[in-house]
Amino acid sequence: MIQIEHVSKTFAGGSGDVHALRDVSIRVEKGEIYGIVGFSGAGKSTLLRLVNGLERPDEGSVTVNGQKLAALNKAQLRLLRRKIGMVFQQFNLLEGKTVFANVAIPLKLAGVSREETERRVAEVLRFVELEDKRTAYVSQLSGGQKQRVGIARALATNPEILLCDEATSALDPQTTESILRLLQRVNREMGVTILLITHQMQVIQMICSKVAVMEQGRVVEEGAVLDVFGRPKAEVTRRFVRTVINDRIPEKFVTVVRSETRYQQVELLKFIGDAVQEPLIAQLCRTPGLEVNILGANIQEMQGSVMSVFILQLIGEEALVAAAEERIDAAGALRERLVMDE
Amino acid sequence: MNPASGNAQAAAFDFPVWFKQTFDIKFEKLLSSLGDTVYMLGWGLIIGAVIGFILALLLVFCRKGGLWQNRVVYAVVNVYVNIVRSMPFIITLVFVFPLTRLIVGKTYGSTAMLVPLVIFISPYLARLMENSLLEVSPGIIEAAQAMGATTWQIITRFMLPEALSSIVLALTTGTVGLLGATAMAGYAGGGGVGDLALTYGYQRYNLPLLILTIVILVLFVQLLQLLGNKISARLRAHR
Ligand SMILES: Nc1ncnc2c1ncn2[C@@H]1O[C@H](COP(=O)(O)OP(=O)(O)OP(=O)(O)O)[C@@H](O)[C@H]1O
Ligand SMILES: [Mg+2]
Repeated sequence: MIQIEHVSKTFAGGSGDVHALRDVSIRVEKGEIYGIVGFSGAGKSTLLRLVNGLERPDEGSVTVNGQKLAALNKAQLRLLRRKIGMVFQQFNLLEGKTVFANVAIPLKLAGVSREETERRVAEVLRFVELEDKRTAYVSQLSGGQKQRVGIARALATNPEILLCDEATSALDPQTTESILRLLQRVNREMGVTILLITHQMQVIQMICSKVAVMEQGRVVEEGAVLDVFGRPKAEVTRRFVRTVINDRIPEKFVTVVRSETRYQQVELLKFIGDAVQEPLIAQLCRTPGLEVNILGANIQEMQGSVMSVFILQLIGEEALVAAAEERIDAAGALRERLVMDE
Repeated sequence: MNPASGNAQAAAFDFPVWFKQTFDIKFEKLLSSLGDTVYMLGWGLIIGAVIGFILALLLVFCRKGGLWQNRVVYAVVNVYVNIVRSMPFIITLVFVFPLTRLIVGKTYGSTAMLVPLVIFISPYLARLMENSLLEVSPGIIEAAQAMGATTWQIITRFMLPEALSSIVLALTTGTVGLLGATAMAGYAGGGGVGDLALTYGYQRYNLPLLILTIVILVLFVQLLQLLGNKISARLRAHR
């Protein structure tokens, strides 16, 4: 649905050139919710804006729905943009106008008849659960309501793709969640492909199926959300994953681990799926000569699945610990040794 | 002492006569002067605002990072606006005489004065409206582009409605400035209240007339400002 291939983009800045994108390639399939995560200045917005031609690449190509953007003239590009909705962090609504007027704008621009506009606006407002705010002025709405209006406006022209630039970053956690649920419904019930960017890993965890991690204009890691959360490779990815999955040993336990004089390993275990993990841990505990301490545990829901995370301290003879590690691997857990730096 | 004569005086109070006696001009003269001022002010404002808006759009769109980013056009318009704004009106007036003659066919009368007035006020309005348009958040324009709006639609459906309240205030300020210029234009052959004050009031040492014209001009400005503020506030009501 969206293909970005070997795209580079450089901005001439006051203090030298800014390489906003360096040889970036991503591919978004129809029906996906694809998330791009990265710290501020990583180039996320620039990448997103390539998709509707608000930004043109210096190198590389952007293909949307089989159409190469570079080959389109202005009028064709405008037509394509009507099939791509966009939602913004700052909402970018006309504050002095009513909810109806805001949602109707894209339809008016497209020359849709008055009756059809009325009908469609009512429809999308019902979808975002704001029918009762039809005649309210945008300035009178809360942040979450404004974003619902933003989403309704983006959906008015029946787009196939929705681009979200930090759509929840200006909202509190509870409102964020309700907006994310709404985006999920947009994806499932309307069949809209969503490409979103965020600096919050929770957003990726909650609704995305694929994720790309960006750093300094590059995509450093990409894949299915469960894989990336399970085995983050790049250092940035680990930092992001850590924001939702705590793999740190509580401070109090660190001294316990450090003061241990016997041979030991501290292991981070991730189990994906709903298989019960207790048998494995119970088995480990029953191994003669092996001492197992649970230093941390938490459970995360993502992609309709469950990821359980344990931090175990294994104490005993080296061979016994190695055998335990093998058993863990055999049970299908993602395991990594945590190094305790002195 | 003679009640009859007192009665006769009261009954025969004649406003035009009283006016002529007090201010040394006919009342009709004042009315026609007011008419000239309103004529120059009105048309000067309308034509000046249209040209000013076009200049403002060029300034906003051609600037760095603008929709039509174009250094040459921006520089030319910017310098033009600065030059005209730094010229006192009386200089502009004399300077454009040839152009006035070319367009209107003569260099006196209120219609002829519209030429220098428009040339004088449009860059001023352009600067004020440029500021108003720059207040429109870039995000709104980005959203408009993302919806597939044409440039014309971006101007008429997003920028104008967003900036309108601020533009009204800009126009109000501009109108007050224009009123000052019409006084000078009047003196140079355009007629109007300013002309009245200078030629009849000042030069003939007619103090009452001078005061009357000042009162009229002050009221005029007050009224304009009040109106401008009201309209602007009404437009801003829901933000
Ligand atoms: N129009 C522009 N002109 C100059 N530099 C730009 C422009 N747009 C973006 N940049 C620069 O490119 C880099 C990437 O910007 P971008 O907005 O894509 O980052 P981002 O990942 O979206 O960051 P944030 O999370 O802060 O929004 C930044 O260093 C930014 O300053
Ligand atoms: Mg951004």
